[in-house]
Amino acid sequence: MDIEFSPEDLAFQQEVRTFIAENYPQELRGKQDEGDELSKEDFLSWHKVLHKKGWVAPAWPVEYGGTGWTVTQRYIWSEETARADCIRLMPFGLTMVGPVIYTFGTPEQKAKFLPRILSGEDWWCQGYSEPGAGSDLASLRTKAERDGDHYVVNGQKTWTTMAQHADWGFFLVRTNPEAKIQEGISFLLIDMKTPGIEVRPIITLGGEHEVNEVFLDNVRVPAENRVYEENKGWTCAKFLLAHERVGIAGVAASKRGIERIKQIAQTEMDGDKSLLANPFFRRKVAELEMDLTALEYTELRTLAGEAAGKGPGPESSVLKIKGSEIQQRLTELTLEMAGHYGAPYFRGFGEGDNEHPIGPAWSNRAAPTYYNTRKTTIYGGSNEIQRNVIAKMVLGL
Amino acid sequence: MDLSYTETQEMLRDTLARFLADNYDFETRKKMLERPEGRDPGIWKALSSELGLTCAPFAEELGGMGGGAIENMIMMEELGKVIAIEPWLQTVVVGGGALKAAGGALAEATIPAIIAGDAVIAFAYAEPQGRYNLADIGTTAKKDGAGYVLNGHKAVVYAAPWATHLLVTARTGGSRREREGVEMFLIEANSPGISRRDYPTVDGFRASEVYFENVAVPGEALLSGGIDLVERVVDEATMAVCAEATGIARTMLAQTVEYTRQRKQFGQPIGKFQSLQHRMADMLVEGEQIASMTLMGTLKLDAPAAARKAAISMAKAKVARSIKFVGQSAIQTHGGIGITMELGIGHYFKRSTMIEGQFGSADYHLERYEALTLPA
Repeated sequence: MDIEFSPEDLAFQQEVRTFIAENYPQELRGKQDEGDELSKEDFLSWHKVLHKKGWVAPAWPVEYGGTGWTVTQRYIWSEETARADCIRLMPFGLTMVGPVIYTFGTPEQKAKFLPRILSGEDWWCQGYSEPGAGSDLASLRTKAERDGDHYVVNGQKTWTTMAQHADWGFFLVRTNPEAKIQEGISFLLIDMKTPGIEVRPIITLGGEHEVNEVFLDNVRVPAENRVYEENKGWTCAKFLLAHERVGIAGVAASKRGIERIKQIAQTEMDGDKSLLANPFFRRKVAELEMDLTALEYTELRTLAGEAAGKGPGPESSVLKIKGSEIQQRLTELTLEMAGHYGAPYFRGFGEGDNEHPIGPAWSNRAAPTYYNTRKTTIYGGSNEIQRNVIAKMVLGL
Repeated sequence: MDLSYTETQEMLRDTLARFLADNYDFETRKKMLERPEGRDPGIWKALSSELGLTCAPFAEELGGMGGGAIENMIMMEELGKVIAIEPWLQTVVVGGGALKAAGGALAEATIPAIIAGDAVIAFAYAEPQGRYNLADIGTTAKKDGAGYVLNGHKAVVYAAPWATHLLVTARTGGSRREREGVEMFLIEANSPGISRRDYPTVDGFRASEVYFENVAVPGEALLSGGIDLVERVVDEATMAVCAEATGIARTMLAQTVEYTRQRKQFGQPIGKFQSLQHRMADMLVEGEQIASMTLMGTLKLDAPAAARKAAISMAKAKVARSIKFVGQSAIQTHGGIGITMELGIGHYFKRSTMIEGQFGSADYHLERYEALTLPA
C-alpha cells in the first residue's frame, strides 16, 4: 500500500497538464471560479475538446468509449481538471443515463444513444422529481399508458436541471398504478421535441435559470425507448442514484475552492493583518481542509473498493453527505470574506456603467453562489434521505 | 498509488482478530483488570512468542517480517476492537519504532527481545508542566564520563508498572522548551534511582509517575536523533492510536446498532425510530472519516518532516473530534445502561475519550497544522 504516484502516473499527470494548457478553451478560463452562469455553448465547447481526445467519459467501460484508466489515473484527471478550473461537464448524459444505458439497455439503444452522449450531440435532462414526489421519489404519479407501439405519457416533472437546453430526457413514469409503489415504475427515454412537452423556467435565489418544470401532455413515446423491463424502472433509478452520489462528493473541485479562499484571504486585509491571519477565520480554513481531506480519503477508499470489484453501493451516501456539506461551507466562507461586498447584486458590466466595478470581482457572485449552493444538501436525495439509506441498507435497521 | 492490503497483511489481521475473539471477550478482559498486576501476561506471551505477531513491523535481519506503519495500523485497529490493554503501542510502535529509526547496537539487541515478548517498553516523555509540547522538558541527562546521570519527573507513563525498559526523553543541554538538547534514552526499568508511583488509568491500563534521582545510564543508552526523532516517534504513535480509534468506532457502532434492535420502548425496537437511525448513520459517517484519516496519516509517515507533521496533525484533530461524536452518541443511544460499568460500551467510551487527548488534543493539532501550512 502506498500513496505515491508511480513514474507512469507522473508521466500521465504531465500529459494531462499539457493537454489542458494547450486545449482548454481560452474564453472559458476563470469563468467557473467567479461563479459566472455558464451557457450551453460553454459546456459544449469543452465537451467537444474532450470528446475529440477520447477523454470525455473516463469512468465508462472501454468498449463503450471509456478511457480504461486506472483508479489513480481517474484521480489524477479529476485533480488536474479542478486545479485548472475546467468546467465540470453536466452529469445527466455522461454519468447518469449513459451508465444506465450501457448496463441495462438493448444493443439498439446502446448503438443509438451512447455515441451521441459522448459527442455532446444530445443534451440530456433528468425527469425524476415531481411536485408531489421529492425525497419520496417512488411516489411519482406521471403515468405512461401503453397504446400499441407507444406509451402515452401525462404528468408533471420539476427541478429539471438545464431542461431548457435538452434534446432528450430520461423519465421515471408509472406504468402500473395497481402495483406497490416501487414496482410499477418504468424508465423512459423521451425526445424533448415531442409534441405535448412544455418546459417552464424556475428562477432560484441567486437569480439563475438552472431548473425547470416540465409538463407532459399526451406525449407519445415509442416503446423501444423504454430501458430495461416494464415496471422494473426502479432498478435503473437506484443504480443511477448510487452513481450520482459518488460524483456528487466533488472533492477535487472543493480542493480548488479552498486554495482560492486561501489565496484571497491572504491578500484581503483585516485590520493590519491578512484575513488568513485572523485566528477565527484561519481555524475555519484549517477545519475545512481537514474535513475535505477526510472526505478525499473516503472517496479513495471507495474507488479502491470499486477497482477490487465492489460497485458503488449505499456507502456512497457517506460521500454525498460530507461532500455536499463541504461545498456549502466553502460558499459560506467566501461570502464571509466578501464582507460589505456580499450585498451588491451585480449582474456584470453591460447595463449602463461599463467602467466602475462594484467590489472585487471574486465577491460579485459570493452571495448568489451561497444561496444557490443550499441545493447540494437537498438534491440527489436530501441528506436526510441519505441517512435513511445508511440506516436501512448499511446498518440494517 | 495503491490502497490494497497484501495477502500477508490480511493474514496478520485475521490471525490477531481470531486470537482476540477467542481470548479477549469483555468478561475475560474484566478479570484481567482485576488482577493485582492489572493484566494477564500470558496474552503478551501468546501474541509475541506463540503467534509471532510482534515481529510484523521489524526488519527481517532482526527476526521480523519487514513490515512497518501499515502493519502497526492493522494491529492497533484490531486491538481497539476489543479495547485491549496490552502494551503494544508503547512496546512495538513507540519503543520498536524509536529503535528502528535510531539503529545501532542497542536496536540489534533490543528488537529481538521485543519480538520474543521479553522486552516490554514504556514511553516516559510527558512531564507535569509540559502539556503536549514535546520539548517542554525539565528532566536532565548530565554527561558523566562515558555515560549520563538522569534527574527528573515523568508524568502518566502508561505501562510503566509492566515495563522491562523505559524510553525516556531528557535534556542534555538547552533550556526548557528549547528544541536543542532533547534526547531519548532506553534504560532498564529497574535501574537504581528510579522510583514509581503506580496507579490504574480510567481506560483500563496501569501507569505511573516516574521519578529519576541520579540514575546512572551508560552512553550506549542514548538513541541519537534528538527532538526530530522524538517527534517522528510520537507521530507514529499518534497514528497508532488513530488506528485504535478506528477499531473502537466500528465496535461502538456495531454494539449500538445491535442494542437498538433488542431494546424496546413504546412497543417497538428503538432502532425503528428515525431520530436514532439518523444519529447512528452519522456515527457511521464519522467512523468512516476516522478510518480515512487513519489511512491518510499512516501513508504520510514517511513523508518529509514538515509534510508528515501537517498530515498527522490534520488526521489526529479529525479523529479526536469524530471519536468524541461516536462515543458520546453511543452512550446517549444506549441510555442509562450506557453510563454503567455493566456493559462493554461504557468501557469503549472510556478508552476512546482518552485517545482524544493522547499525543495532543484536536486544538493542539489544528494549531500545529495551521502553523505549518497557512501563511500568517
